[in-house]
Amino acid sequence: MSKQNKNKTGFFANLENSPSTDEFIKGLWRDNPVFVQVLGMCPVLAVSNTAINALAMGLATAFVLLMSNILVSSLRNFIPKQVRIASYILIIATFVTMTDYAIQAISVELHKALGAFISLIVVNCLILSRAEAFASKNTIGKSMLDALGMGLGFTFALFCLGAVRELMGNGSIFNIPIFPDNYQEWVVMILPAGGFFTLALWLLLFNAAKVNRTEVR
Amino acid sequence: MKEEPLWYIFINASLINNFVLAYFLGICPFLGVSGKMETATKMGGAVTFVMLVASMCAYGIHALLVAIDAPFLQLISYIVVIASTVQLVEMFVKKLSPALFRALGIFLPLITTNCAILGLALFQTNKGYGLLESFVYALGAGAGFTLALILIAGLREQLEFAEVPKIVKGTVLTLLIAGILSLSFMGFAGLGSQ
Amino acid sequence: MSKKNPIQKNAQTGSLKMLWSMAGIGLICAFLIVMTYEGTLPRIERLKAEALEKAIFKVIPGMTKKRTFKLDENNNFIEISSDEKDAQLVYAGYDDNDKLLGIAVPASGMGFADILHILYGYDPNKQAVVGFYVLESKETPGLGDKIEKDENFLANFAALDVALSDGNTTLKNKVVTVKHGAKKNNWEIDGITGATISSRAIGNIMGESTEQMVPLIFKNIEVFK
Repeated sequence: MSKQNKNKTGFFANLENSPSTDEFIKGLWRDNPVFVQVLGMCPVLAVSNTAINALAMGLATAFVLLMSNILVSSLRNFIPKQVRIASYILIIATFVTMTDYAIQAISVELHKALGAFISLIVVNCLILSRAEAFASKNTIGKSMLDALGMGLGFTFALFCLGAVRELMGNGSIFNIPIFPDNYQEWVVMILPAGGFFTLALWLLLFNAAKVNRTEVR
Repeated sequence: MKEEPLWYIFINASLINNFVLAYFLGICPFLGVSGKMETATKMGGAVTFVMLVASMCAYGIHALLVAIDAPFLQLISYIVVIASTVQLVEMFVKKLSPALFRALGIFLPLITTNCAILGLALFQTNKGYGLLESFVYALGAGAGFTLALILIAGLREQLEFAEVPKIVKGTVLTLLIAGILSLSFMGFAGLGSQ
Repeated sequence: MSKKNPIQKNAQTGSLKMLWSMAGIGLICAFLIVMTYEGTLPRIERLKAEALEKAIFKVIPGMTKKRTFKLDENNNFIEISSDEKDAQLVYAGYDDNDKLLGIAVPASGMGFADILHILYGYDPNKQAVVGFYVLESKETPGLGDKIEKDENFLANFAALDVALSDGNTTLKNKVVTVKHGAKKNNWEIDGITGATISSRAIGNIMGESTEQMVPLIFKNIEVFK
């Protein structure tokens, strides 16, 4: 995972000048919605106790983000300014309801695990903030790229959290045991408290990287 | 199924399954406004109030949706009602007490995207609570939210004067405190059961 | 229309336009939601029915056929062809020779985090619970969800004594959960350390449901055969 990610950042360095790729790339790393902007925390912490849940939640959010960005952007000249927030919320709630049913249709088990938190994507500040700050001012193509980047960045961050929590708390990743049987699980990592701690640690890493960078400069 | 006593619903929502520390609901304002004791208290009050109103509305909507057999409209109608409730409360407060409005001003719109409110509406529907039970549940959830907010704010005010490494300052520190608080709230598990 | 006198009519057309656009968006949204709902409903129902079917076959070992019964207001069981909402249903399991093997009973109650839905299999010949499955739970992962995974805990339900007292109207012993390691009798459930509340909740749900349902099933046993 980390290797792949390095590739992405290297790739990003080469193409920084091309504006359309930048819309896509910025969400993955530089403006990562979770680690840098600290947005949309509720689902991040609640369902990131296993890698698979984290991934599913991330993809669901990314899908809602993509669809609502497309719709908001294509209607941007049609929606009056005064009622824009209400319209955005309406659009987002629609896609969340659709995703909710889609997930139920894919797997009842998965829906059981994600539970009420699918519905809570509606109030994920990330989606509303992208609709307001980006999609309402840009073309459909740009908004799509922005949503894809932000969505994937969000999924990536969720996965980072979920993988660490599952590895520490359950000794496995994707239900595949990693540590030997006599590994004593840190149950606390799967508990709510573990979510706070893991996120704090990841933010610490990002902060350290930022401080390092500024000192080098 | 056995009915739960009302006091247990209250304890459950406020302490055992605290919305912030066990369900991670309402983290955004939690991180944003937990810097000062005074704002934290006001925010807690505002959220509790909106919770009570929203909970009552959600109860009515749910009854209506069951009557017309349209479960797919649940989410969209809840969010619309919450958003308009917040708007109404905002206007109401503005008219009634301009001083309070100035203090709360920026937070009120924030409440719309506060997952705790929507979460409360969804949970109470899932649990099949009646009108009185929903009211107590909302009261408990609001009290729990306020309590968590005040606890964090108090700790953060103290830490203002502490020497903290630069990279830990801000969100990281708040998250670490929240983690420790969440651990200690786990001690409430089992409270109220035989 | 309003171009002639923009200043005067601006406010009015503004709110009219707002209304129109909100209605338009509402229409699009309603259309999308209803489409998805209608499109996915059959599959969701089928998946849910399949999951329930699997659970029923799990709690009654060896069964190959299923029949559904409903408990009516006079405490009689009536066979029904499809599941009905808001009714206490039970599912009878039979082997290839149509011999009654057991009856699966759904039950629910408050767990630690939220309502727990469980299913257990009752064998009238052995007068015991022979299987147990958690249909729905939101218990804390890592702690409370051990009620679904812990092998020692699930072993309790291989043969849980729910024998009737002499009059066939009550149970000899109500099912209860005891502290881990303190199980002495066949009607006690050995609890889980670290999931005390969840395992105790299971004991309460089982206790209440068996106390009500087992005498009723026994009284109406001819209906199932």
